[in-house]
Amino acid sequence: MIPELGHFFLILALVNAVILGTLPFYGAHTQHNGLMRLASKAAIGQFILLLASYICLTIAFVQDDFSVAYVANHSNTLLPLRYKVTAVWGSHEGSLLLWIMILAAWMAAVALFSKALTSVIRARVLATLGLISVGFVSFALFTSNPFERVLPFIPIDGADLNPLLQDFGMIVHPPMLYMGFVGFSVVFAFAIAGLLQGDLDQKWAKWARPWTTVAWIFLTVGIALGSWWAYYELGWGGWWFWDPVENASFMPWLAGTALLHSLAATEKRGAYKSWTVLLAILTFSLSLLGTFLVRSGVLTSVHAFATDPERGLFILTFLGLAVGGALALYAWQFDKLKSNNNYTLVSKEIAIVLNNVLLFSSLLVVLLGTLYPLLADYLWGQKVSIGPPFFDPYFSFFFAFILFLIPFGQQMNWKQDKLSKVLMPQLALLGLAIIISSLLLSWLASELLLWPVVGVSLSLWLTLACLAYVVKLSKNASSFLQGIKKIRRSYWGMLLAHTGLAVTTIGAIVTTFYSIEKDVRIEPQQTVAVGELDIYFEKFDNFTFENYISSQATLKVSEDGDHLVTLKPEKRRYRVSGQLMTEAAIHPGLFSDLYISLAQPLEQGAWAIKVYYKPFVRWVWLGALLMALGGLLAVSDKRYRQKKFTKVKGYRNES
Amino acid sequence: MKTFLIALCLLVSFTSLANETYQFDSPEQERLYREIANELRCPKCQNQSIADSDAPLSEDLRYLVYQKLKAGENKQQILQYMQERYGDFVLYDPPISPKNYVLWFMPLLVFIIIIIALIARVGRRELQPEDEAEE
Amino acid sequence: MKAKKIIIAVTPLLIFLVLVLVFKSSLSNDPRKLETKLVGQKVPSFKLGSVTNPEQVITNADLPKEIYLLNVWGTWCVSCYAEHPYLIEFSKTYPIKWVGMNYKDKPKDAIDYLQKYGDPFIYSIADISGQLGIDLGVYGAPETFIVDAQGYIRDRHVGVIDNRVWNKVIIPKLEAIGWENKR
Repeated sequence: MIPELGHFFLILALVNAVILGTLPFYGAHTQHNGLMRLASKAAIGQFILLLASYICLTIAFVQDDFSVAYVANHSNTLLPLRYKVTAVWGSHEGSLLLWIMILAAWMAAVALFSKALTSVIRARVLATLGLISVGFVSFALFTSNPFERVLPFIPIDGADLNPLLQDFGMIVHPPMLYMGFVGFSVVFAFAIAGLLQGDLDQKWAKWARPWTTVAWIFLTVGIALGSWWAYYELGWGGWWFWDPVENASFMPWLAGTALLHSLAATEKRGAYKSWTVLLAILTFSLSLLGTFLVRSGVLTSVHAFATDPERGLFILTFLGLAVGGALALYAWQFDKLKSNNNYTLVSKEIAIVLNNVLLFSSLLVVLLGTLYPLLADYLWGQKVSIGPPFFDPYFSFFFAFILFLIPFGQQMNWKQDKLSKVLMPQLALLGLAIIISSLLLSWLASELLLWPVVGVSLSLWLTLACLAYVVKLSKNASSFLQGIKKIRRSYWGMLLAHTGLAVTTIGAIVTTFYSIEKDVRIEPQQTVAVGELDIYFEKFDNFTFENYISSQATLKVSEDGDHLVTLKPEKRRYRVSGQLMTEAAIHPGLFSDLYISLAQPLEQGAWAIKVYYKPFVRWVWLGALLMALGGLLAVSDKRYRQKKFTKVKGYRNES
Repeated sequence: MKTFLIALCLLVSFTSLANETYQFDSPEQERLYREIANELRCPKCQNQSIADSDAPLSEDLRYLVYQKLKAGENKQQILQYMQERYGDFVLYDPPISPKNYVLWFMPLLVFIIIIIALIARVGRRELQPEDEAEE
Repeated sequence: MKAKKIIIAVTPLLIFLVLVLVFKSSLSNDPRKLETKLVGQKVPSFKLGSVTNPEQVITNADLPKEIYLLNVWGTWCVSCYAEHPYLIEFSKTYPIKWVGMNYKDKPKDAIDYLQKYGDPFIYSIADISGQLGIDLGVYGAPETFIVDAQGYIRDRHVGVIDNRVWNKVIIPKLEAIGWENKR
């Protein structure tokens, strides 16, 4: 009964979405207030309907209703309750429902928190989101219904959830990521509404900015969580693999980051209107593209969903209509988008353009690398692989320029600035950064390598430049503390996010170049020396848990005779599926991780183990968190909290 | 006798396969081993290098890489050996050949073109005095 | 000037449409099916034992001097169990020789398997170490190679050969290289 109810709510949601996606457009066109007001109500209704539908599926999981095919395939009576609740998004159908539900949540948020918008804009934004909802809800209903029953032969028990997903990281990673992906659809809707209106004024940019930032925060956290999860769960110590699915989440992030910056120029200076709106469309298109790549099976990836060409065709059609329509509208209205071009070669406008060009170029690297296997197959029927040897150097190339640009760009004036004024102090800071990082790195490892010095110096320089900027901003006040207080939150946000970028870069570079990996054979009661560490294999035990059996090695690690830590890497055998999982044991630290995983059993109780030393790996995620925090600070700046935007004069004074 | 020899080969290969704690002649050789293992894609898997994959085929291929390094072959030879058998698919590093020019040069080209266009358009621009009311 | 503006306005749309076209065509491709590099090359040289007759040593010289099929199988390979009844049937009803290549198996398991489910092969090469498999670029059993009378590999099929694949894929390919279907 409950699954039918869920199915019913989903059908109602489709009807509601069709209403939302059509009538308000008509209302906005004919200035019909009733129809425009309908949009907010329908948007909130959409959220309630989909939430209800989602809860129904969750209940089916909690109640072990194996007559529902999706539950039978992805759950089991033995599965712990917390994983039953999260198994809802453990595979294609359910995660799609989560996706649609989150989309509706964003719609409801727009309906509730955008009182400052004109009714025409709000109606169009919500109606655009309604159309997107029509696409996704019908995708669920017609190709991927999570409520489908397997009658009359109901399985006695379910096939269990993929063991990789029975884990904390997997509980939080997908919702975060979806919040980000779907959040960009709000920005897309703003772009469409702006294009329909024909005029993307500074007010439009001001409205779109906080939504973009919030979506970007979620995506940043989501990607970081995914990377962290892969690091500890996949058992080989990597944190980024340039896998198509990872790239699918990274590309919207790159485009979204570019958008954040170009929106600033559009808001403050009325510059780059057509480019900004194109970026907004691009960011959302890349989110959709990610959905297509992950759910259609055109690319091979470690974490692709069960795939189906029919589903692929559906999303592709949807992608074609949504993005094709948006780009056609863009081409049609292109003439009307008049940007303010009053700036010179040394100005914040140009710094932002350079930021965008560099982000776009690195986006092209990722996009081409991801899609090239498809292109090569299409053009000359050849299967090729693109991996880290392509991505790493090429991406880093553009990224180094980005790092180089920020110290100058972040404190440039609009319209016109003097490079000579900032050049010398910045170069002095750079020199300082080079000296510090060379010393640090030569202390860390005997060998001084070129690329780590370049990367760490640039990151350190960026951090120093952020600090110097704080000092500069607080100079005019009576005391330093007073000055610090006067700095706007949006500035703090920017500086924190840029520092976060530096932190992530340091982590990425140091861990890439200075990680140590050893394969060791170890017998029970034996001590093996690995570098400066002694590892003592104390014992090996088997434990039985709810739904798996764990084989655990107890390894005592000591350094110079002092006990450091006891690590217990495991192999798990999941009872229902019989799948074997490797659970690494990690001794985490701010400056380095010790990471041990069991490779394979050898003769006479001995084991081959993998021992990794991962310096600064935590910094990769720490930096991402700082970036997200920076975004939060920027959004909380008080100018976004005004109920009604005051007229032209009011907001110009702020910039 | 021959069966015995085959059985012996079998035994040797199995034990060596099971024990992956390889001994290398030099740290340089070990580094090269990891580099090669990370650049070869496991043909059987979804998207993993043979270094990362637990598949039996990856184990065999790792062992092969190890043996070939021990026998003094260089990276180029080993990659070619794999490519002759499994095609370009196993190579994570696409060669810079005319076929792959689009892949290797397009982002760089786009970047350079935009930069040149930018300098050409904005380079000599003088700042216009802004009318306060207009903005 | 006007034309230039239109071009700039329409370019994103055009690029996007081309991409959609590529995606459309790639939907029907299976990204995991690899083409073999060995088409047009001789079967790699080998010298291995036979599964059913441990005394016998098989080399390239022992391979059939006519068009034949080389099937890679193993008792550890789940799909091979599904494929086996078809191989038995095809080997009985079609005038073509099947050579087995028992890949990375224990000899005893392989013998038991053939005794229990029947033996469609004229003989099975025992590739215990997996070296021949690597030389053939085998990445997933079952795989079937089509070899011509001169000993050149002409094609490869990865995956189970059932009635549909046999009639739609294998037979046309065999006929294309001059095999006569005298059933």
